[in-house]
Amino acid sequence: MSNGLMNLTLKIWRQKDAKTKGQFETVKATGISPDMSFLEMLDIVNEEQMKQGKEGFAFDHDCREGICGMCSLVINGMPHGPDHGITTCQLHMRKFKDGDTIVIEPWRAAAFPVIRDCAVDRSAFDRIIAAGGYVSVNTGAAPEASVIPVPKADADRAFDAAACVGCGACVAACKNASAMLFVSAKVSHLSFLPQGKVEAKKRVLAMVAQMDKEGFGNCTNLYECQAACPKGITVDYIAKMNREYLMATATYAEKVYGKD
Amino acid sequence: MILDSKIPGGSISEKWTKHKFELKLVNPANKRKFTVLVVGTGLAGASAAASLAELGYNVKSFCIQDSPRRAHSIAAQGGINAAKSYKNDGDSVYRLFYDTVKGGDFRAREANVHRLAENSNLIIDQCVAQGVPFGREYGGLLDNRSFGGTQVSRTFYARGQTGQQLLLGAYQALMRQVAAGKVTLLPRREMMDLVVVDGKARGIIVRNLVTGELESHVGDAVCLCTGGYGNVYYLSTNAQGSNVTAAFRAYKKGAAFANPCYTQIHPTCLPRHGDLQSKLTLMSESLRNDGRIWVPRKPGDKRSPDQIPENERYYYLEEKYPSFGNLVPRDVASRNAKQVCDAGMGVGNTGLAVYLDFADAIKRMGVAGVSAKYGNLFQMYEKIVDEDPYKVPMRIFPAIHYTMGGLWVDYDLMSTIPGCFVLGEANFSDHGANRLGASALMQGLSDGYFVIPFTIGGYFAGTKLEKVSESDPAFEDCKKQTAEKIQKLLSIKGHRTVNDIHRQLGNIMWEYVGMARNKAGLEKALQEIPALREEFYENVNVVGSEGSFNQNLERAGRLADFLEFAEVLTLDALHREESCGGHFREESQTEEGEAKRDDENFCYVGAWEFKGDNVKPELHKEPLTFDNVHLVTRSYK
Repeated sequence: MSNGLMNLTLKIWRQKDAKTKGQFETVKATGISPDMSFLEMLDIVNEEQMKQGKEGFAFDHDCREGICGMCSLVINGMPHGPDHGITTCQLHMRKFKDGDTIVIEPWRAAAFPVIRDCAVDRSAFDRIIAAGGYVSVNTGAAPEASVIPVPKADADRAFDAAACVGCGACVAACKNASAMLFVSAKVSHLSFLPQGKVEAKKRVLAMVAQMDKEGFGNCTNLYECQAACPKGITVDYIAKMNREYLMATATYAEKVYGKD
Repeated sequence: MILDSKIPGGSISEKWTKHKFELKLVNPANKRKFTVLVVGTGLAGASAAASLAELGYNVKSFCIQDSPRRAHSIAAQGGINAAKSYKNDGDSVYRLFYDTVKGGDFRAREANVHRLAENSNLIIDQCVAQGVPFGREYGGLLDNRSFGGTQVSRTFYARGQTGQQLLLGAYQALMRQVAAGKVTLLPRREMMDLVVVDGKARGIIVRNLVTGELESHVGDAVCLCTGGYGNVYYLSTNAQGSNVTAAFRAYKKGAAFANPCYTQIHPTCLPRHGDLQSKLTLMSESLRNDGRIWVPRKPGDKRSPDQIPENERYYYLEEKYPSFGNLVPRDVASRNAKQVCDAGMGVGNTGLAVYLDFADAIKRMGVAGVSAKYGNLFQMYEKIVDEDPYKVPMRIFPAIHYTMGGLWVDYDLMSTIPGCFVLGEANFSDHGANRLGASALMQGLSDGYFVIPFTIGGYFAGTKLEKVSESDPAFEDCKKQTAEKIQKLLSIKGHRTVNDIHRQLGNIMWEYVGMARNKAGLEKALQEIPALREEFYENVNVVGSEGSFNQNLERAGRLADFLEFAEVLTLDALHREESCGGHFREESQTEEGEAKRDDENFCYVGAWEFKGDNVKPELHKEPLTFDNVHLVTRSYK
């Protein structure tokens, strides 16, 4: 279009609920400005649908600034779409061309059942955290903050891992639907810090056990997770977690598998 | 209605200690007999739920998101204040207290603010112990920076993700209690109503957002940690789901709503790009530490910024406020941006933006230095605007960001409904008329970790609570009314979408109840809001059914409450004929155009009591006294 606005064809995944079979529906998106975010484009499509009395297309989203981890669309086969280092809500329409066909799907993984259309249930991640993704410190029991110095390099590496927003793109990108990147990021975040080292062995065993229980697949080192991660979490953490897991199984006397 | 703040006696520094001693205790073995319903899982909600469960209370934790890790506290970028004085620059609990009272433009309670300052240090200790990766120096100790209008470096930060890291800390503590069986997690649940039995809050009605089912939950107390109401403006920096519904339903059940007109406009947001925009994005105001704000001196100057020589640039904050410069408080920075844009000096396509320039910082610190400090913010800017801020100055403009008003609470954080506590942004208590930067995270966590665990015990120990069950008529009635409300929305079947009407409400609010307000405009808004509400109930189209995952219905319900709440906010703004903090009345300004407070007539908390649908709410006043920080005109010159 001459005024810079785009017309697009969307193939959107529609699914009533987890039990019903889903299918693609084709809809047109017209008059889309390149400055719009991808989700604003979907808002417009939904507004049009609703004006015709049809139900809008369901997708999770909240902060729309790339930090809450709620948005979760596979766009043209790529979790969070074709740009790198961003979540779906940070994707802008300038990444597409007038006339493009865009395929929009949910995260696909047995451990993430579809709720409706592209909204999925990621509570498996919460259960993995509940299995051990914390430091056991009650409110009020903390020592003065500067008592334990943390080498800056360790603090920075812990931070890099802690940047994970728990969106699940790593699972969606993996052909095995493995959650290793997510789990390794959380394990590493805490085990890099002296505060988290005390429970490190117990933690890695418990979290991995819960991950397996939730039905996530195995890691076969394809690194698709790293490519899809909006926060730049690298597979180095998976290597670190594997080492920690191995050491823990060999040396941790009281093995915990999913229970405290 | 009587507003009894229950501020303890004694000197300011002893009040909280004394009060903690005087609060009755609940025997450890008896704590498990009480159930607390905590609504919301942001910093206030997650920290409260975790801490109460650690004490032995049974907790049910509710949130509208799919996981408690996603609440909008997560988006806070800049930092959290604490009076540790690690920089040896003269900070103290008293100075943090003083700065916060003054920064709030003398419209907060001294006693609450002092408690907040006392708790600030405990919060940092707690978060570090949880594994929050705060920024550190090479010696391994914690780093601090100056932030948002303070002259000492007291802000702890985790790059530009402080909110996310603090929330993950609280979330982890919460999940630990879930594993321990002390917290029942109920995500994708929206609170639809508060159930009051014998005058006490005894439960809530929630809608299961996946199945659409209405559920009754009984408790011995309810903690509302449901955030602010910035989305009444449609466009704000809030998350899409942020809403006033839980707080507003409590208001309709008898909880007074205090100071709703105190809204904060954040000076460093990305400018608007078009009418169909869904949200405004905040850039951390830590950027103001090193970025310089300017506009062309000549109105209508359309040259690109690099073509405008130094002497034709107007660094308006540095010129007008030499001692604070670009670090003046948020309200001052925002209003000045609006003034220069109104005078035609604004930049960008819309003329509604000012430059935030890092050229000098890059000269001083190098690209690497700037990147280490602000890298992720620069990346975010480039992704959204498609310009490289290392080369071209950023363009920024103010946007609604935080709401200081909220449900009225006493010193124990209890609303005017016994047993209904309100924490974090949802209450009104600590920020007065203007919140200082890096204070929101502090307040949410102070309320959740270090206030409610004490005060809720005092309530339980001193209150007789009858046995209540889900089959009681109060629950059944409430559920029925909620179902009817939902049916009403679905049956309208008009021609306008929810977003369309919400956008119109936002325009009214931004135009007449925005950064600068006057009597005529506010009265106009009071005409237009009820008319729009009528239009909504006649012409909105809510598609889909109640018995399914229906995001359109969710939004419609929230908008229905915003359409009523907007009127309370506007009434409050109209009655407060003074300028203070985030509330600027054009009739009340100095000759230089600065805000003019009227302490003689308005040194009070204005709390509104619901009197019935389409009936004007009744204003109650809680007088404010300042025994320690003396009332002065804020000056940042």
